[in-house]
Amino acid sequence: MPDSIHLKIKRQNGSRDLPRWEEFKVPYKPNMNVLSVLMEIRKNPVNVNGEKTTPVVWDCSCLEEVCGACTMVINGNVRQACSALIDKLPQPITLQPLSKFPVVRDLKVDRAVLFEHLKKVKAWVNIDGTFDLGPGPRVPERERRWMYEISRCMTCGCCYEACPNFNSRSKFIGPAPLAQVLRFNKHPIGAMTQEERMETIMGEGGITDCGNAQNCIEACPKKIPLTTAIAQLNRDTTIHGIRSWFRK
Amino acid sequence: MGLITGNFLERKIHSLTGIIPIGVFLLEHLITNSFALKGPEYYNQKIEAFQQIPFLVPIEILLIAIPLAFHTILGLYYVYLSKNNVLQYKYFRNYMFYLQRITAIITFLFVLYHAYTARIARAAAGIEISYEFMNGILSQPLFFIIYLVGLLAAVFHFSNGIYTFAISWGITLGPRSQKILQNVCTALFFIMSGVGTIELIALAG
Repeated sequence: MPDSIHLKIKRQNGSRDLPRWEEFKVPYKPNMNVLSVLMEIRKNPVNVNGEKTTPVVWDCSCLEEVCGACTMVINGNVRQACSALIDKLPQPITLQPLSKFPVVRDLKVDRAVLFEHLKKVKAWVNIDGTFDLGPGPRVPERERRWMYEISRCMTCGCCYEACPNFNSRSKFIGPAPLAQVLRFNKHPIGAMTQEERMETIMGEGGITDCGNAQNCIEACPKKIPLTTAIAQLNRDTTIHGIRSWFRK
Repeated sequence: MGLITGNFLERKIHSLTGIIPIGVFLLEHLITNSFALKGPEYYNQKIEAFQQIPFLVPIEILLIAIPLAFHTILGLYYVYLSKNNVLQYKYFRNYMFYLQRITAIITFLFVLYHAYTARIARAAAGIEISYEFMNGILSQPLFFIIYLVGLLAAVFHFSNGIYTFAISWGITLGPRSQKILQNVCTALFFIMSGVGTIELIALAG
């Protein structure tokens, strides 16, 4: 067993600041994850050269891989820090913030764009009314299973990070919101407004900006069938496009 | 992000033109050039017949030059929009995605050279396309290699393009159907590359 854990962390004071690498050695304890190592650094913020430094900033919430807040690039791969177990990682362990979102500080990024995209595609069902609308329609079991698969998305940003077509040059809406379009189009109430969602993803930065690199499904920690959802939406938008074209 | 029409329509046309007519034109090349395997005279005779197609120039412009220019210009813009990350994410499809863009640029350069020498400059000089004309080019090792690279790039771009076409048009939805088509496309790549190479050797004499 190693007596210490060697970390290389990419640090940055803000989105306009230049990043720098800082190394740390943390005493080894069994069953640690990346977050508990970061907590040790917070207790004693001294780098590998013995210099006192600022504690490393990161984001976390649930600590059980369901919220997505602690998503970062660990040893070159995008994943959640809470489920990254030290005993399973080769050292030195490199930690980098997500590269596709603005850095708030160190490993903490601002993923607001993800939520903006969810709003853009109207990833919800309209149930508000001025009177009691009564119980909703029943959902076929097969559809419910599909919706459940997609509903496990925690908007962590792994698919965005791995996608070659989501970057500063393109306006691509990204894989996760596309899957949510399918999820809410499948819902019996959501289906009532499916054409609105479809028109949105047929616009700028929409579904056709997907280049089928299929990195999203590989990177997704929840193994959400993103590529199948995108292919299904390709079929749906093509049919919708042809229909509405001939209706004009 | 759209270059001409917002987004959807131009991407769909871009995807479609890759198969029809450009992919069909590539297949036509492989069929026509296979006549070289039966000797120079037979090849010249068959090529002669193709040259006799009525309205050849308008057909070439409408069915080949315009779709090819559309696919190329938009495609190069789409290449620019991607930021490849194969060194970080070493997934099979990610490599294919990267190679699709590499072969796009190689094919673009080769087609530019090939269309100029074998069609535009040749016709302008009043030379008939023939076994002897192609043999004059392909018997030189450097030009044989250029043609071989161009062939492999074009065939890869076409066979991998079928795979992505089937997703972009919502034909193959799930991982199983995509995997089967992947295998079919891989087989197609090897068959077309093999046939094309044999034809180049036959034309090189």
